[in-house]
Amino acid sequence: MTGEGTATRPSPNLLGILLALILTAAAGVADAQTVAVKAPANDDCLACHSDPDVKRANGTSLAVDPSVFEHSKHGPLACVDCHQDLAKVQEFPHAEKLAKVSCSTCHDAEAAKYHDSIHAWAKEKAGLTAAAPACADCHGSHNIKGPDEATSRVSRANIPATCGSCHQGVDAKYQTSVHVAAIKHGDAAPVCTDCHTAHTIQRADTPAWRLSVANECGTCHGEVVESFRRTFHGKVTELGFTRVAACADCHGAHDILPAANSASMVSKARLVETCSKCHQGANESFVKYDPHPNPHNYARSPLMWWVNRFYVVLIGGCFGFFGLHSALWFRRSWRNGKDRS
Amino acid sequence: MTPALSPTVIEPRHDSSTSVPPPSPVTTYVHRFDAKTRALHIVIMVTFLGLSATGMPLLFSDAPWARVLAALFGGFHGAGVVHRLMGAILLGAVAWHLIDVCWRAFVRGETGLFWGPTSMVPQPRDFTQFWQQMQWFFGKAPYPNYEHFTYWEKFDYLAVLWGTLLMGAAGLVLWFPEAASRVLPGWMFNVALFVHGAEASLAIGFIFVVHFFNGHLRPGKFPMDLVIFTGAVSEQELKHERAGQYARLVETGDLARMTVPAPAAATERRGRIVGTIGLALGVGLFGLILLAVLR
Repeated sequence: MTGEGTATRPSPNLLGILLALILTAAAGVADAQTVAVKAPANDDCLACHSDPDVKRANGTSLAVDPSVFEHSKHGPLACVDCHQDLAKVQEFPHAEKLAKVSCSTCHDAEAAKYHDSIHAWAKEKAGLTAAAPACADCHGSHNIKGPDEATSRVSRANIPATCGSCHQGVDAKYQTSVHVAAIKHGDAAPVCTDCHTAHTIQRADTPAWRLSVANECGTCHGEVVESFRRTFHGKVTELGFTRVAACADCHGAHDILPAANSASMVSKARLVETCSKCHQGANESFVKYDPHPNPHNYARSPLMWWVNRFYVVLIGGCFGFFGLHSALWFRRSWRNGKDRS
Repeated sequence: MTPALSPTVIEPRHDSSTSVPPPSPVTTYVHRFDAKTRALHIVIMVTFLGLSATGMPLLFSDAPWARVLAALFGGFHGAGVVHRLMGAILLGAVAWHLIDVCWRAFVRGETGLFWGPTSMVPQPRDFTQFWQQMQWFFGKAPYPNYEHFTYWEKFDYLAVLWGTLLMGAAGLVLWFPEAASRVLPGWMFNVALFVHGAEASLAIGFIFVVHFFNGHLRPGKFPMDLVIFTGAVSEQELKHERAGQYARLVETGDLARMTVPAPAAATERRGRIVGTIGLALGVGLFGLILLAVLR
C-alpha cells in the first residue's frame, strides 16, 4: 500500500507521504478488526445444521448428524477448517452459496494425483460436472473414514460399491469374476483401485496404462507375468508397443474367469474366438500355442525344456570351443610377432 | 594400333587410367572369390547387421538400450518392417546361392563342389589339420598346409547356411502364424520363437566375435582381410596361408591361369571403408549385448 502510494509519484512530496501514512494506518485498523472477530464454533453451526429438517431452497438436505461427524476421520476439526469462507461470516443464516471445500489445503499430494486423473479431466476440462467424481463423491463428506475402517466408503470391502455407484455395468461384471469369488472365499484378490489406482485413474485404453497393467497383475501372478515376458506378446509390450496382446486382451478385465470355467475367454471352448480377435483365421491347431511357456519348468513345457537344454549346450559348446581356439591363436600369433597366420 | 599413327592416338583405357596402377612386378595376385561370392558376402553382411540391429531390441527387450535401438528404425513397428525386409532379402540370397550350387553341381557337373580340395564339405583332412593347428598353437608342429578352405572357414560357411535356413523357417512361422497353423500345431510357435532367439544369440556372438577374429582382427590380418572385397590374394600370402592349395596350383599349372592383376586402389579403398563400417557396427552391437547380459 505504502509502496504503491509513493511509487506512483515521480517526485515524493509532503502530500504524498501524508496520504501514504493515512492509508497505512487505515489498513492497520481494518486488520485489527478482522482479528478481533471470532470464527463460529462447531456448536454455532450445529445450532442450525443438526436439525434433520434443515434444507436448501431447492429442498436438498443441509443436515449434519453431529454423532456421525464426531466419529469421522475429521471429527477433531472445526467446521470452518474446511468451510473456510464461513470463518469470517458474522450474520446468520449465512448465504446459501458457499465456496467449494478445497481438500488440497491439507491433502495436496492426493489432490495433485487426482488432478492428473481422467476423473479430474472430465470434471474440469470436459465439463462433466455432475457425472465425474471429486473427492467427496468417493470419500463422503461429513462421514469421511480412513480406508482401514470397515464402514469407510473407501475400505477394500466397499470400494467396488463406491466405484459401482457410477460404473454400475462394470461392477455387475466384476461381481461375476474369479477375483470377487476369491475375496468372498477370504483370499487376497484385487478390487478396483489395485489395478486402476485410487487417485491417478486413467482411461484403460491409453498406452501408458496398457503397458503398466501387466505389472499390476504380476503383483499376485508373478510367474505368469514372467512367462508372458518371454513371449513375443510380452517382449513387444515391454518395448512400448500396445498393438499386441497384454493380460486383459486374452483374459478379460472385470469379468475375468479361470480357464476351467467354460464362460472364460481362455477356456478351451472359447480360445479360438479369443485368439481370433487379433489372429484372423486362428483355428484349433493355432490355439495349441502356449502364451505362458516356461522352459525351466519341465512339467509345464517339456518340449521347451529340451529345446532350452539343447541350446545351452550348443551355445556354451560353440563359444567355449571357439573362444579357446581364438585365445590360443592370439597367444601364438602374438609370440610369433606380426609374422602371418 | 600401329606406331605409324599420329601421337594423338587414343590409348586403351587401362593404360592411361591413373586409378589402376600397373601390377607390381614383385607382387602377383591369385584369384580367390568371384563376383557372385563377393556380392553374396556383401548381401549377408548388410542383412545380418540389419537383422541384428532390428531383432536385438526384441531379444533384449528389458535392456535399457532396447527402445533406443528400435527408435532408430522408427519404433518397434518400423524395426519389425526392416527386420522382415532384411530377412526376406537374406533368404532370397541364400536360396539363389543354393540354386547356383545345384546348377553348378548337376548341370555343369562340377563334382568338386561336394568333395575334394575346393569343396566346403568337411573331410578327413580337416580333422587332421585341426589337430595340427592345435599342436601349432603350442609350437609343437608347423602351420598346416591348408587347402582352398580351412576347417574354420567351412564351419563359418555351414553355420551361416544352417542358421539362415533354420532361422528363416522359424521367422516365417512367426511372420505368418495363422497360415503356419494349418500345417503346424500352435506349440511350434513357442519353439520357433525360442529357436529364432537362441540361434540369433549364437549367430551374433559367433559372427561378431569368432568370425571377426578369425577372418579379420587376428594378428597378421588386423584390421581386416580385404580378399572378400577384392577377390584376389597376393601369391605370397597364399603360399604362406594355404600351402596345400598353392602346391596343388603349381603342380597342376593352374596358378598361371588364376593369376590376376593387383586389385585397383579404388576397389581396395571401397573394401576398406565397407569392411570398417561393418566391423564397427558388429563390435558395437556385440557391446550392447554384453551390456545387457552383464548388467
